[in-house]
Amino acid sequence: MIRGKPDEDEYWNSSKFKAFTFDDEDDDFTRLKESKRAVNSIRSLVEEEDEEDDVEKVSWSGEPVGSISWSVKETASSIRSTGEVRDQSFPKINTAPSLPKNSSGYSLSSLFKGTTHDWTPEETVKRMQQGKVYSLEKFRSLQDKLLLLDEAVNAHDGNVITAVLIYLKKSLSKENLFRELITREIALRHYIHFLKEIEEQKLLLMQYRDHLNIRDENKRRDFLKSCLSLPFSPDDATHVQDHYTLLERQIIIEANDKQVESSGQADIFKKYPRKASILNMPIITTLYYSCFYHYGESDGTYSSPANIRKTFRISDKQFLLTCLGARAKLKAWFDVDALFTTKNWLGYTKKRSPIGFHRIVDILQKNNAPVQVLQEYVNLVEDAEQKISLAQKYKCHDVIINTYRDLKDRQQLIVYRGKVERGSSEYRKIEEILSNSVR
Amino acid sequence: MSAHLSYGRVNLNILREAARKELREFLDKCGGSKAIVWDEYLTGPFGLIAQYSLLKEHEVEKMFTLKGGRLPAADVKNIIFFVRPRLELMDIIAENVISEDKMHSPRDFHMLFVPRRSMLCEQRLKEQGVLGSFINIDEYILDLIPYDGDLLSMESEGAFRECYLESDQTSLYHTAKGLMTLQALYGTIPQIFGKGECARHVANMMLRMKREFAGSQTQILPVFDSLLLLDRNVDLLTPLATQHLEGFLSIFIRYVKLPPEKFSAQKKQGEAGKDLPTEPKKMQLNSAEELYAEIRDKNFNGVGAALSKKAKIISAAFEERHSAKTVGEIKQFVSQLPHMQAARSSLANHTSIAELIKDITTSEAFFDNLTVEQEFMTGVDTDKVNTYIEDCIAQKDPLIKILRLVCMQSVCNNGLKQKLLDYYKREILQTYGYEHMLTLNNLEKTGLLKPQTSTRNNYPTIRKTLKLWMEDANEQNPNDISYVYSGYAPLSIRLTQVLARPGWRSIEEVLKMLPGPHFEERQQLPAGLHKKRQQGENRTTLVFFLGGVTYAEIAALRFLSQMEDGGTEYIIATTKLINGTSWIKSLMDRPEAQAS
Repeated sequence: MIRGKPDEDEYWNSSKFKAFTFDDEDDDFTRLKESKRAVNSIRSLVEEEDEEDDVEKVSWSGEPVGSISWSVKETASSIRSTGEVRDQSFPKINTAPSLPKNSSGYSLSSLFKGTTHDWTPEETVKRMQQGKVYSLEKFRSLQDKLLLLDEAVNAHDGNVITAVLIYLKKSLSKENLFRELITREIALRHYIHFLKEIEEQKLLLMQYRDHLNIRDENKRRDFLKSCLSLPFSPDDATHVQDHYTLLERQIIIEANDKQVESSGQADIFKKYPRKASILNMPIITTLYYSCFYHYGESDGTYSSPANIRKTFRISDKQFLLTCLGARAKLKAWFDVDALFTTKNWLGYTKKRSPIGFHRIVDILQKNNAPVQVLQEYVNLVEDAEQKISLAQKYKCHDVIINTYRDLKDRQQLIVYRGKVERGSSEYRKIEEILSNSVR
Repeated sequence: MSAHLSYGRVNLNILREAARKELREFLDKCGGSKAIVWDEYLTGPFGLIAQYSLLKEHEVEKMFTLKGGRLPAADVKNIIFFVRPRLELMDIIAENVISEDKMHSPRDFHMLFVPRRSMLCEQRLKEQGVLGSFINIDEYILDLIPYDGDLLSMESEGAFRECYLESDQTSLYHTAKGLMTLQALYGTIPQIFGKGECARHVANMMLRMKREFAGSQTQILPVFDSLLLLDRNVDLLTPLATQHLEGFLSIFIRYVKLPPEKFSAQKKQGEAGKDLPTEPKKMQLNSAEELYAEIRDKNFNGVGAALSKKAKIISAAFEERHSAKTVGEIKQFVSQLPHMQAARSSLANHTSIAELIKDITTSEAFFDNLTVEQEFMTGVDTDKVNTYIEDCIAQKDPLIKILRLVCMQSVCNNGLKQKLLDYYKREILQTYGYEHMLTLNNLEKTGLLKPQTSTRNNYPTIRKTLKLWMEDANEQNPNDISYVYSGYAPLSIRLTQVLARPGWRSIEEVLKMLPGPHFEERQQLPAGLHKKRQQGENRTTLVFFLGGVTYAEIAALRFLSQMEDGGTEYIIATTKLINGTSWIKSLMDRPEAQAS
C-alpha cells in the first residue's frame, strides 16, 4: 500500500495551507473563464444535436477549478505540435462511457435554458454530477444558496457537496454559514471533513488526534496540556488528562533512568540493559517497566509501582498480572510469593489472588519458573481435576502423587507409577505410599 | 480467465466486457507507446477486468508502482497514472512530475482517476504546480466489478466508514450509478426491497435517475426479478463473528499464501524435489478452480471430509490404469491424465491449506474464542464483565481481537451498561495506549459499541424470531444456513430468506427493532418485457450489501441458491468484501500506526 504518511504529516504541520480560496484570481482570468463557458455550452449544444449518443462532457468546467485545468489543457495542447489531442481549440474530456448509458435524456429546452445559465438547483446539481458545464455564481441570495446546498446533500455525492460548500464558504460569512450548517447535519459533517482535510480548524478529538503527529516528546506533552482545557465529555477529559500525566512522568523517568544507566550506578540496568525508551508506551507497559526497574521504591517517587497504580487507578487484577509478569521475568520468586501472601490478624499467612491460580501457573511457566515454584501454585488450584491436569502438563510429580494419595486412588497411583522413570525419587515415593497404605 | 463468470445464472461476463471496452477506449486516446504508473491498490480490482495482455495490445510497454521521487526510465511517449482520488497520492504524483521536468523529457502525462475525478485532488495538483503538465485527466467509472460468477464488488474499502462515520454518502451515489449500469445491461429490475437508511437513499437515487432518463429505457428482458438492498448496520453482528473457511484464508482477498514448508511436503510425491521453494506460494482462488468451488463454502469443520472424499476419487481414477487393457482404454486413460494431474495438484494445495487452518482451528485459543462468541450470540452473560476478554487484554492480544469481542458483546446486549462499557474502555486504553480513544470513539459513533440506553434488550427477541441460533447445526451436510457459523445463522441472510418466503410482513415487529426503514418499490417495465415464468423456474434476486459483505454470508446465500426447493437464486453485490478484522480496521483511527 502506498501511504504518504510521513510526507503528509509534515505537509499538514508545516504549510499554511491556502486551499480553495479563489480570491487571487484576477479579472482577466474570470473573463476568460466566462467566455469559455459560453463558447463551451454552445458547442455542447451543437454536438448533442448531431450525435445524441455521445455527449461530449466537460468536467467541472463551469467552476474556476475546472476552468483552470481546462485552460491549462488548452495551453498544453497548443504547445504540442499537432494531432494527438483530438480537438485543439476546445480541449475536452470525454467521460461518456461506452456502456449504454442514458446520455440522450436531456431535452432541448433544458439545453437552451443552459445557454442563459439559468439552471435550477436541481439541474445544477445534476449537471455537476454529470460533469457538465455549470455555474454556482448565479446563486446569490442566501435562500438560493441553501436550496442549492440541500439539493447537493440530496444527491449524496460528496464531490458535489464539497464543491457547493467551497462556494458557500467563499461567498458567505462564517456566522451565516455555521448557523445554516447546524441544521443540516450531513452538510455539516462534510464541512468538518473538508476542514479536516485543509487543516483550518479542529474539533476536539480531531485536535487531540494531532498529538500523534508530534515527534518531540516535550512538544507533544505541551500539546496534550493545551488539550486539557478543551470541552471534552467527562469521560474523554479523564483519558486526555491521564494521557498527559503519563507522558509527563515518562519524560521524567526516561531522563533519570537514562542517566543512571549510562553512569553504571545501578546493577539492574547493567544486568538487564533497557531495550527501548519508555516514552509513549501505554500505561500498563509503563507499570511493567516500573515493576522491573523500580520495584520496592517508596510510594513517593513517580517511578514506583505503587504510585503509578494509584495515579492511574489501575485495577487489582491488572496490577497483579503486570507485577507478576515483571517479577517472574527477573526470577524474583520471593517477590512473586509476597504478591499473594496475606496475613490475618493472628499472624497466619494465606495465599490469595484476584485471578484464578491456574492462570498464575501459566504465567509462571511461561517465565520458566522452576518446578518447585510451579508446584506451590499448582497446589493452590481449587478444582481437583484442573489441578491434576496442570500438574501433569508441567510435570509436578509431587502434586499428582499427593493428590491421588489424598483421594486414596490406588488405581491411579499404579497407573502413574508406570509413567515415571523407574528408580527415580517419584517412583520410590509412589512405591512407599502403595506399600504403606492399607488395602 | 474469465470463463467462470459466464457459468452462473446471470452472465456477468457482459459487465466485464463492457468495462474492458471502456478501458481500451481510454488507452487508445493516448496515442503511442505508454507506461502505466499504478496506484498499487487498484491493481487488484483491475486484475479482475483485464490482464496485461490487453494492456499490451494497446501499446502499454511498462508498468510501475506509484512511489515518490523520479519515475523509472522508460522509452515511451505517454506516462499514464491510474489512481484513486486521494490527496496523498497527488503529492506523490506531483513529485514524479516535477522530477521529470528537470530532465527535459518529452513524455506526455495523463491521469485516470478511478472511479471518479475529484475537485480536491485537482486543486492539490494545481497547488503543487503540476496540473498543467497533464494532457488528459479522465475518470474510469469502475463501479461494480465482477468478482466471481455470482459476485460483484465495488472494491470500495472505505464505504462503511464513510457512510456511518463520516456521513459521506458518495459511495451510495456510486452504488446507485453501478445499479443503473447493471440495469442498462441486464434490464430493469421490477422490484426493489430494502432495509436501512442507506438502502433507502440508494433506492431513492435509483428511482430518480430512472425518472431523469425516462424515454431511453433499455429494451432488455429483465434478468433480475428483484433487488434487495441491505445496510450493513442492520446486521452488525455477523461480520464480528469468526468466519468459516474462506474468510480465514482471504485476508488478502482471493490469494492464499502457502508457506514453503507446506508446499514442499507435496513436492515429494511429484518429481524428486531438488529445489524447494523458499517463497510462500501464492494461489489464486476462484470458482474457476473446480475443487475450490466445491470446498470454499464449507464450514471449517466440514472441509476435511470433503477433501478426503475427493482424494479417494482421484486415486481411484489413477488406479484405473491397471484395468486399462485395450489400446482404446489406455488411450482414453492417457487423454484424461492432464486433468487428473491438475486435480491432484489442486487437491495437494488445498490439503496444505486445510492443514494450516486445522492448526488454527484446533488450537486452544481458537476454541476459547469461539466459545465466548457463541455464548454472546446465545445471550449468555452478555451484561457482565467477560473474563475471557479480560484475560486477552491482560495478555496483550491483538487489539482488533479485543475490539471485535467487546463490540460483539455490546451488539448482543443491545448496548453495554455504562459501568461495564467504562470498565472495558479503561482496560483497553491502559493496556494499548490512550490514543485509542479515537478508535473507541469511532466504534461508538457507528453503533458497534454503545451504552445501553433502554433497559430493554431487543436482541433475544430478534434471535428467537429470526432463529439466529440453531442448536444442531450440521457442518458436514448442512441443512440450514446456520452451518456457516457452526450454529449462528447470519441475520442479514435470514432477512433475505424470509423476504423470499413467506415475506417480510411476517416479521414486521423485528424489522422495526432493526435500524432504518424497510420498504418496497416497484419499477414499471416497458410493455412486452414482462417475464413469463415457466413453471418451476427459479426467481433471481440481486442482494446488495451496502457497507460490505462477509464470505460467510456469501456462502450462506450460495447455499440457499442451491437448495432444491429454494425457488430463488441469488447474485450478490457489495461495496467491499470484508472480514471482521478488515472491517474493524477500517474503523480504527490510523490502523497503520498499530503495526509499529
